[in-house]
Amino acid sequence: MKGSKARRALPGFGLSLGFTLFYISLIVLIPLAAVFFKTFELSWAELWSTITNPRVLASYRISFTTALWAGLINAVFGLLVAWVLVRYPFPGKRFIDSLVDIPFALPTAVAGIALTTIYAKTGWVGSLLEPLGIKVAYTQLGIIIALVFIGLPFVVRTVQPVLQDLEKETEEAAVMLGAYRRRTFFKVVLPELMPTLLTGFALAFARGIGEYGSVVFISGNMPMRTEIAPLLIMTKLEQYDYAGATAIAAVMLTVSFILLLIINLLQWRMSRRAIPD
Amino acid sequence: MAGAITVYGNKETAQRPKHITEPKYVQWILIAIALLFLGLVVLLPLVSVFVEGFRKGADLYFKGLTEPDTLSALKLTLIVAAIAVPLNTVFGVAAAWAISKFQFKGKNFLITLIDLPFAVSPVIAGLIYVLMFGAQGYFGPWLDDRGIQIVFAVPGIVLATIFVTVPFVARELIPLMQAQGVQQEEAAASLGAKGGSIFWRVTLPNIKWGLIYGIILCNARAMGEFGAVSVVSGHIRGQTNTLPLHVEILYNEYQFSASFAVASLLVMLAVITLIVKGIVEWKSGASHAGNH
Repeated sequence: MKGSKARRALPGFGLSLGFTLFYISLIVLIPLAAVFFKTFELSWAELWSTITNPRVLASYRISFTTALWAGLINAVFGLLVAWVLVRYPFPGKRFIDSLVDIPFALPTAVAGIALTTIYAKTGWVGSLLEPLGIKVAYTQLGIIIALVFIGLPFVVRTVQPVLQDLEKETEEAAVMLGAYRRRTFFKVVLPELMPTLLTGFALAFARGIGEYGSVVFISGNMPMRTEIAPLLIMTKLEQYDYAGATAIAAVMLTVSFILLLIINLLQWRMSRRAIPD
Repeated sequence: MAGAITVYGNKETAQRPKHITEPKYVQWILIAIALLFLGLVVLLPLVSVFVEGFRKGADLYFKGLTEPDTLSALKLTLIVAAIAVPLNTVFGVAAAWAISKFQFKGKNFLITLIDLPFAVSPVIAGLIYVLMFGAQGYFGPWLDDRGIQIVFAVPGIVLATIFVTVPFVARELIPLMQAQGVQQEEAAASLGAKGGSIFWRVTLPNIKWGLIYGIILCNARAMGEFGAVSVVSGHIRGQTNTLPLHVEILYNEYQFSASFAVASLLVMLAVITLIVKGIVEWKSGASHAGNH
């Protein structure tokens, strides 16, 4: 019968848990709570009008849709990259594999200025697209490209381990039952990968809506057109409109928390379904 | 599963049996698309940093790097990392120890709490400290009376950086230590080892590589953090500018090659981070091979 004595066979429970809770409360919880307390200082009417101001609504829309598109692009190409890395041998694979981590390790400001320079009218890629009438810098397309850069490792690194551990048996069974390769992929492999693909997408999406550094250079920050929500918060802060900034932040935090819960739920369900070796 | 980015061992791919893989030409098309995508999205920006940095010649490149404002930005970045990383490492180890070696209610909730900073926009991360310690903040007047400056000064930058990098070491260690279980530690305890010994001599050697990797990632993010620090710092040149902020200032002043020169420093930091990651994977792969 496991009593509390058996649970504490190892020392340090009180100390480690206590310190953990203390640290998290001090650094994370209390400051985050300050956002919500600050919004309580506004009346409901004030809060509502701040949150539903057209410029603010536009910024949510822009942040949300650009992150969504970037997440979808990353889901497709991230799956492709993970597939190629896991299943096909080719020279230079190690190097390519480490390329995937670059967006995760690179400071966002550096990514921001690099991407802006490349896609500006005079840039390497921008000058090629300009004659075709495709503008990238200072448009939502530019924001999407920046978010694709940022979100790529989230999809690839989430899918890779699962793809690696996928059993051959299900695909072999499909072959024996007469399915061609393409059908096997769409009907057998892809459904198996769906939960992990969803998780990767959700991670990239969550990262995308809050992203600031890599977007703020390429977007041009035009209100109602390319102004993302984090930038609007920054602008309000610079104007000392703390109440406004906090109101927007509260909405974004709520969305982030919900996303985080969904992601952790997905990951938990996935780990429950996995049959331990 | 707390970690989305874990040490991923790069296993050599043997050629799959022909009946459950794609025809060769399909493989090569897919590889080409993947390479094109990665080259365009990742490699191109990387290379452009160095090309733009050297655009006005090597002389100006090095001049940009050794300018006084750049040097003080570098110093501040290093100081902030030197404070934030050890603190978060201690936290990560403590949290992983509590979570992986013991059973208690609310464990999943705690793991989600630790992941919180990952889900929060960097700008909001800075905002919360301004709300707490700024002139109009909750503690503002209290701090003012004592002449303590947190926001628009170094302490604020340190706090914001700590917030943003809190999860890194913990997320590395938690799945690792959970997978390792409690057997070795319990064996040591039953042989009479005290807490400190158990940790230093049994646990630490086992988590060595995961710990190093977590610290490296934490450091890379701490030195490269931009959004949160941007809100808290006040952008005072020579005093409250970190390297990433300095890059932004130079860029906004149209000093493009200087901006890219400083940016290239940060790129090199990222590359070193990844090289260390490669070494860690190789070493931990080697030790796993020994166990099979």
